[in-house]
Amino acid sequence: MNAAYWLPVIFAGLMGLAMLVYVVLDGFDLGVGLLLPLADDAGKDRMVASIGPFWDANETWLVLGAGLLLVAFPLAHGVVFGALYIPVLLMLVGLILRGVAFDFRVKARDPHRPWWNAIFAVGSLLASLAQGVMLGRYLTGFAEGWLPWLFALLVGAGLSAAYALLGACWLIMKTDGPLQARAIGWARHSVAGAALAVLLVSGVTPLVNPAIAGKWFALPQLFLLLPLPLLTVALFALLHLLLPRLARRQALGNDRYCWLPFAVTVGIVLLSFWGLAYSVFPQVVIGRMDIWQAASDPEALWIILWGALLVLPCIIAYTAFAYRVFWGKADSLSYQ
Amino acid sequence: MDVDALTLARAQFGANISFHILFPSINIALAWVLLFFKLRYLRTGKQAWMDAYGFWVKIFALSFALGVVSGVTMSFQFGTNWPGYMQTVGNIAGPLLAYEILTAFFLEAGFLGIMLFGRPRVSERVHTFATLLVAFGNSLSAFWIIALNSWMQTPAGFVMKDGRAHVSDWLQVIFNPSMPYRLSHMLLASGLTVAFLLAGLSAYRQLKGDRSAGNGVALKTGVRLAALLIPLQILVGDAHGLNTMEHQPAKLAAIEGIWHTEKGAPLLLFALPNAETQSNDYAVGIPHLASLIIKHDPDGEIRGLNEFAQHPPVAKVFWSFRVMVGMGVLMLLTAWFGAWQLRRDRPAARLDRRLLCWLVAMTFAGWVATLAGWYVTEIGRQPWLVTGVLTTAQAAGAATSSMVAGSLATYLALYAGLLLAYVSVLFHLAKKAAGQADAAVALKEVQA
Repeated sequence: MNAAYWLPVIFAGLMGLAMLVYVVLDGFDLGVGLLLPLADDAGKDRMVASIGPFWDANETWLVLGAGLLLVAFPLAHGVVFGALYIPVLLMLVGLILRGVAFDFRVKARDPHRPWWNAIFAVGSLLASLAQGVMLGRYLTGFAEGWLPWLFALLVGAGLSAAYALLGACWLIMKTDGPLQARAIGWARHSVAGAALAVLLVSGVTPLVNPAIAGKWFALPQLFLLLPLPLLTVALFALLHLLLPRLARRQALGNDRYCWLPFAVTVGIVLLSFWGLAYSVFPQVVIGRMDIWQAASDPEALWIILWGALLVLPCIIAYTAFAYRVFWGKADSLSYQ
Repeated sequence: MDVDALTLARAQFGANISFHILFPSINIALAWVLLFFKLRYLRTGKQAWMDAYGFWVKIFALSFALGVVSGVTMSFQFGTNWPGYMQTVGNIAGPLLAYEILTAFFLEAGFLGIMLFGRPRVSERVHTFATLLVAFGNSLSAFWIIALNSWMQTPAGFVMKDGRAHVSDWLQVIFNPSMPYRLSHMLLASGLTVAFLLAGLSAYRQLKGDRSAGNGVALKTGVRLAALLIPLQILVGDAHGLNTMEHQPAKLAAIEGIWHTEKGAPLLLFALPNAETQSNDYAVGIPHLASLIIKHDPDGEIRGLNEFAQHPPVAKVFWSFRVMVGMGVLMLLTAWFGAWQLRRDRPAARLDRRLLCWLVAMTFAGWVATLAGWYVTEIGRQPWLVTGVLTTAQAAGAATSSMVAGSLATYLALYAGLLLAYVSVLFHLAKKAAGQADAAVALKEVQA
């Protein structure tokens, strides 16, 4: 096996890792943004405080994922983001609005504050929907026609529900009192949407891509792969049972296992991600281009790989440190 | 790709990068200024320095957010607007961009939370260290981006094989001929942008009745920093100009408006470069001065635009340069006069009202000069994207005109709105801080 074979595989893995970390981390803060209109003013402040110290770093994983696609698979970057021109534009507009609203909502004049809150929520929704549409369009190989677009829109709605679930579970973990009680309710409402999204993507992807269906439904792989959907179903069931119990305990002032819904949801994201990665690999543009056709020269990849191997452990270490510093229940943020 | 779509792609990228650069040009130096405030506080124990930190860290947070979101946009547009770029020079641009993300982006974003909100949760030492790392990450990010930009201006350390650039020497790629000049020029530009922002907003607070010590130290820091950096910037700018003459003579000819090679060229103060007649209309200049500045010889010969098969659009480069230099002169006069007014620890509270008003007017002087400077260097590089290797037209993508036009309009509307919100919130924060300081002083008087 030579470097020209392995390097693109390693970079596909790194890119996948960046996307996965992004979906989990920015997923929960976009989700908190989606839920913002449902809370009262004090609740809104606390919700933003729970994600304030993290969102910048969370978004950097998107830059890394898109950046790795650009530098490691430049041919695919052009095709993918050319085909996704409009959803990417909408996502960027959403991320811009969401990102600036973080700061403007507490710094602008008081009468403007509800506006920035609304912009925060709208930006989060736009970014979530657009990311789901991007995923949906990508999975059908950018097929034209109303049916693939309908599918993409449904994935958009489903991903938004999944983000709302992540956000609600984050709030269950990071808050207490009435806000925590409401977050449990929000989580219960988003579970169904998230489950539908996973079902939809898992069902439709093999339908429109015979090659992917072949990878899943052949023996003996099927038996090796079966734990993946089964575990996902089990985790959804666990969440469904867990949340009402948690609500009852929370009402009695018992906060133990407040972290469990978030952990379970992250587990679902991990399993879904593995399923997707297995379906797509080694394609980078489905039905058109595999990772070896799209890859940069090995000379550039080597240089980046050494840097990544050296720096990524540091990044993970100080990211963990930042989460450690802000561990526990979120209190109000102040610059002093 | 038709010409219209190319123009639109350039306009869109230009709009994005112009909007983006406004915020790094504040963040790079403001992070170091915040570290300075923090260290002064730790050294002297005076609350004034911490008050200055507390006010300016809010502005840093806001500017950082705007820098991040506009930077994310850039990472997507590289590929969509300029696919030919990565295909030709991906072996150089790829690693440099990747290293920026890995070593700088993550570092600054990772420690930003602790710097902004972590002080109650970590020790003073860890908080200061986080501030240092954010400042370092910001400057490191500038290092990688300037290295890449300078390489596009003055490429070195590579060989072309089958239409693709291959690196022969990374040190030559990174430390290419114009890189040290461009990096120092940009870092100083950031320092000046922040110095005038500090002075301008603090002057505004003072005009609103703020006599607090925290505002006073920020005002003094701004004026003195500006007075210190502006002569350095003029020296570095001169050296950068000599470097441009050596490596990008066509750009220099456009800057000076020299259509035909001439000895003893005048320094043009005003002219309307006319591309049709290949000459300048209504030219007003000081004889021999351009030759003296550039060749350090009043009769030195400067190569004209006629010697180059392709050259940049003259009027845009010519005028951008004059705007930049004009702002530089205003900055020099303002900073030195202000520093003289504040000599030997005269209190900032005694500054003349007219000077304060002028400082407020100069709040965003750094932005104007920085943008004009970037237009000189980027438009001056045309028609090349990478000098001698790849033209801008060759790198452009296949996006249709209507799509780019639609997204350009979206971005422009968004950026105009955000810029308005940013500037008005800055002054709103200053006014609010002035009100609070006023109330605190009044409270003290009542208690006394």
